[in-house]
Amino acid sequence: MAVLVLAQHDNASLAKATLHAVTAASQLPGDVHLLVAGESCGAVAEAAAKVAGVARVLHVEHPAYGAPLAEDMASLLVSVAGEYDYVLAAATTFGKNVLPRAAALLDTAQLSEIVAVEAPDTFKRYVYAGNALATVKSADAKRVITVRTTAFEAAAAEGGSAEVTTVQAVEPQDLASFVGREVSEQARPDLGSARVIVSGGRGLGSGENFKILEELADTVGAAVGASRAAVDAGFVPNDYQVGQTGKIVAPELYIAVGISGAIQHLAGMKDSKVIVAINKDEEAPIFQVADYGLVGDLFKIVPELTDELKRSKA
Amino acid sequence: MKVLVPVKRVVDYNVKVRVKADGSGVDIANVKMSMNPFDEIATEEAIRLKEAGKATEVIAVSLGETKCQETLRTALAMGADRAIHVETGVELQPLAVAKLLKAVVERETPDLVLLGKQAIDDDSNQTAQMLAALLGWPQATFASKLELEDGAALVAREVDEGLEQIRVKLPAVVSTDLRLNEPRYASLPNIMKAKRKPIEALKPEDLGVDVAPRLDYLRFEEPPKRQAGVKVGSVAELVAKLRDEAGVL
Repeated sequence: MAVLVLAQHDNASLAKATLHAVTAASQLPGDVHLLVAGESCGAVAEAAAKVAGVARVLHVEHPAYGAPLAEDMASLLVSVAGEYDYVLAAATTFGKNVLPRAAALLDTAQLSEIVAVEAPDTFKRYVYAGNALATVKSADAKRVITVRTTAFEAAAAEGGSAEVTTVQAVEPQDLASFVGREVSEQARPDLGSARVIVSGGRGLGSGENFKILEELADTVGAAVGASRAAVDAGFVPNDYQVGQTGKIVAPELYIAVGISGAIQHLAGMKDSKVIVAINKDEEAPIFQVADYGLVGDLFKIVPELTDELKRSKA
Repeated sequence: MKVLVPVKRVVDYNVKVRVKADGSGVDIANVKMSMNPFDEIATEEAIRLKEAGKATEVIAVSLGETKCQETLRTALAMGADRAIHVETGVELQPLAVAKLLKAVVERETPDLVLLGKQAIDDDSNQTAQMLAALLGWPQATFASKLELEDGAALVAREVDEGLEQIRVKLPAVVSTDLRLNEPRYASLPNIMKAKRKPIEALKPEDLGVDVAPRLDYLRFEEPPKRQAGVKVGSVAELVAKLRDEAGVL
């Protein structure tokens, strides 16, 4: 009995999302193994071996895994899945892309974005944009699962001493090829791991106006997010989007600015510890989930808040 | 080139569903149903390919109860040429859907299957990837831009880090993200015209697919409710509350 977790990394360091998936894995019966597949990713395999609770690291090197494609990752997972009862990954765009493909090849019904392990065959997951929490039992012998990272603490990155085993790559299928990546350069913390998030919506009016949010964010070391409306309007890139089909976040403090609070947005942030809403419309649904609401003109309030926070820090 | 567009009938995205008192499911009696928004984007993209002279035929397919035909009529009114309805009363889960779609693909031999990345009811985000796997085709998920080339498709994908570009050989499965396009509204004349477009009716048995669910949804509960908090009168008050009461500053 063992649990395999597909590690996410950039060939240099292990993604924090994977540490959350390891915690979910540790609640299942059996040893936790991490699969690290990449190109010149030895440092990641070493880091993976130090993660608390990991018993073994499967390390695979292949040029095709440098910028991994779902086709190759899924074949690799299937080639090693034989001895595992569970195959897990964090529900990032990487995990969401790869795991269902592996699940179908294994003829297994996948459980997407679990938020709790109830029993070895029973899990909890949200449906209907977070409006219902379902308890789901899986009848499959092998279970393929993606893990909502906000629902499980990150495993400690240090403290483990797993054995590293080298595993054979699977010949690439040449069905698809990686062309390039446009990464939005953010000097700020990542949305997935930020302690504070400042998020903007349609109320900001333009991408230019997001500057006032950025200043606020930088004052408190926050990440900047956005509602779907702000992304659709082109104010900010897609990777800012918080919501049902964007990023699911649960920071200590979420400051929603000019966001009305559509169901789909709430689904992505309502597990935040403290929510602040700033909106000129006092009827906006965001106030129904906010711990603290401030009704008014965000263009006055946000700079004032930035100043006040600077003062209180000084 | 033929494009197949699977479309799902789901609770409209504006509806906030309620969990039934006995926890056996969510109450979707008498709520508005619509085409899954991501599938609408897929339908729009397929029609644009046809309008640009790149696709020759757009075939919409829906799986499930009789009323899925309404969803197919929407796709036809938007501009799909014909439709296929695989009728079943069984609750279809993504793996079964992928198997049914594989059988439809084998009958229709499209070069491209375009579908939504996620259905907004079960929020699984699996079907496109599973279908691609079963067909042995490449997949381009979460597409925000699609360009057809000779025998391939160049796709921009929305990923957590930003945008990624990949090239997939055709035939391929592409799943759509929000920014791919803005779907059109069907005009009244097109809605009328859609009534005369053909819908072929099939059953899972015709396709030789076992659709029995593998996941047992034992019970549903309301998620933990957040209490609406307080309105504060000023920025100074807000900062004081965040620091002294909430302790998050």
